[in-house]
Amino acid sequence: MHLSRTARIALRTGAGLGFAVIYVPLLLVLVNSLNPDRSASWPPPGLTWHWWSVAAHNTGARQALWVSVKAGLGATAIALVLGTLIAFAVARHRFFGRDTVSFIVVLPIALPGIVTGIALNSAFSTVLEPLGVGLGLFTVIVGHATFCIVVVFNNVVARLRRTAASYEEAAMDLGATTFRAFADVTFPLVRSALLAGALLAFALSFDEIVVTTFTAGPGIETLPIWIFENMTRPQQAPVVNVVAAVLVLLSVIPIYVAQRLSADTATSSRV
Amino acid sequence: MTTDATAAAGRGTVRRLAGTLHRRPRLRLTLLLTAPLLWLAVLYLGSLAVLFVSAFWTTNSFTSQVVKVWSTDNFHELLTTPVFRQVVLRSAGVALAVTVLCALIAFPVAFYTARVARPRWRPLLVVAILTPLWASYLVKVYAWRLILSQGGLADWTLAPFGLSGPGFGLPATVLTLTYLWLPYMILPIHTALEQLPANLLDASADLGARAGRTFRSVVLPMVLPSVAAGSVFTFSLSLGDYITVQIVGGKTQLIGNLVYSNIELNLPMAAALGTVPVVVIVLYLLAIRRTGALHSL
Repeated sequence: MHLSRTARIALRTGAGLGFAVIYVPLLLVLVNSLNPDRSASWPPPGLTWHWWSVAAHNTGARQALWVSVKAGLGATAIALVLGTLIAFAVARHRFFGRDTVSFIVVLPIALPGIVTGIALNSAFSTVLEPLGVGLGLFTVIVGHATFCIVVVFNNVVARLRRTAASYEEAAMDLGATTFRAFADVTFPLVRSALLAGALLAFALSFDEIVVTTFTAGPGIETLPIWIFENMTRPQQAPVVNVVAAVLVLLSVIPIYVAQRLSADTATSSRV
Repeated sequence: MTTDATAAAGRGTVRRLAGTLHRRPRLRLTLLLTAPLLWLAVLYLGSLAVLFVSAFWTTNSFTSQVVKVWSTDNFHELLTTPVFRQVVLRSAGVALAVTVLCALIAFPVAFYTARVARPRWRPLLVVAILTPLWASYLVKVYAWRLILSQGGLADWTLAPFGLSGPGFGLPATVLTLTYLWLPYMILPIHTALEQLPANLLDASADLGARAGRTFRSVVLPMVLPSVAAGSVFTFSLSLGDYITVQIVGGKTQLIGNLVYSNIELNLPMAAALGTVPVVVIVLYLLAIRRTGALHSL
């Protein structure tokens, strides 16, 4: 398609503006963490690292971070197992209701978090509370795992669809048992997809706020909940600014890992 | 000697088990699906089902206790109370506006990254689109709270033109939601445009079509399923959101806020209100599934 010069310039400008809109808010969060003032007025009257050292000693934020990490790890572990199982069933078997299964997997993330949240909340309180188990970190993990399954499933099922089942058949023709074929052939093929899925699942759980609101017991505060609770308190604003800036900086890690993973998969598929 | 024998016996059991599994694909399938389906169908769908059944219950207005008597009062109230109708329509309007805005902004960006930018830069540009997705949802909303607050970046930028920022309210909500879900729209469009075969475009040009005509008759029909796929995210994520509205929406109420404010005192009403976005989203998903767009998610 031959675009005129004007069209090209217009597209370039449009895309440039688009990228500016995407990045200006994130940069603003970074700059604002150095704002000595408690208000968010622009431009800041100066720059200071003072609030970073204040935030580093904020026990509430640190505890919340730790809770978020634990919840994320738990949810990721469950999602990895369940998502992989469904992916194998859907990609390697034909059965009645296969489309329905893929539909149900997407549902927890497609439906509004508040619906999932109150549904799980009332289910937990009717089923678990008579058993003496209250809401706590455990229920947060169960809630998060439910919507994390889909990202593991998507990654693994996409990989399985691209790798023919004939590799496993060849291994078994050579005398490997089902388990041996899985460990030596299938697993190495899906490993990077599993890692990518785990990364996404953890990020999703780490970021989740709505389902957490309804499944967390008293005293269980994840980092997003902590930010939300403190966002509107002027007294806490500088610390929230720093925590927000830290989260923006931390998001570089998964991007780096994801890039390494896709580079890794590109090389392994070339072999 | 004995350990060897048990090890051999163990290997034999494993072999037999593997053989059984290999010969009986149904058994394999059952083993694969039992745990996940128990989780998703029993725990998740079960909870959802109970919630929707409870939408047909009522609440004792004095004690806030749920009364388990079947009635359609909640839905009747939902359809007849003007405030509810208004909020439902406003929420749907916000979700649609966000979807349209996302599509309008995403198209030029994706067109640039997929077809105009130098091929060497394209993977980097995709990373640049993906990056904000990893940044926290709450932090991004907070960023817009900073931008739109009084004397914030928006006011500062618009001041030379004699204007001021929109402040907190409905426009701020639409703006922030558009920002949040934009990458979900850019990515599928980028992928579709990237996979667009160049010879189709050449053929169109050979047949005398100008750029505009090629765009309308070739590019757009081939990219629309991806726009539909992206719209699943932009639409359903906006429809259920109540956090963003609380942070930048001022006094604006969306369906999520109504659900939230009813949970404590009137759970059946909250459940009835919650069915609205669910029904809308499920219908939307089913309609989109017909176009085959769900496969490109």
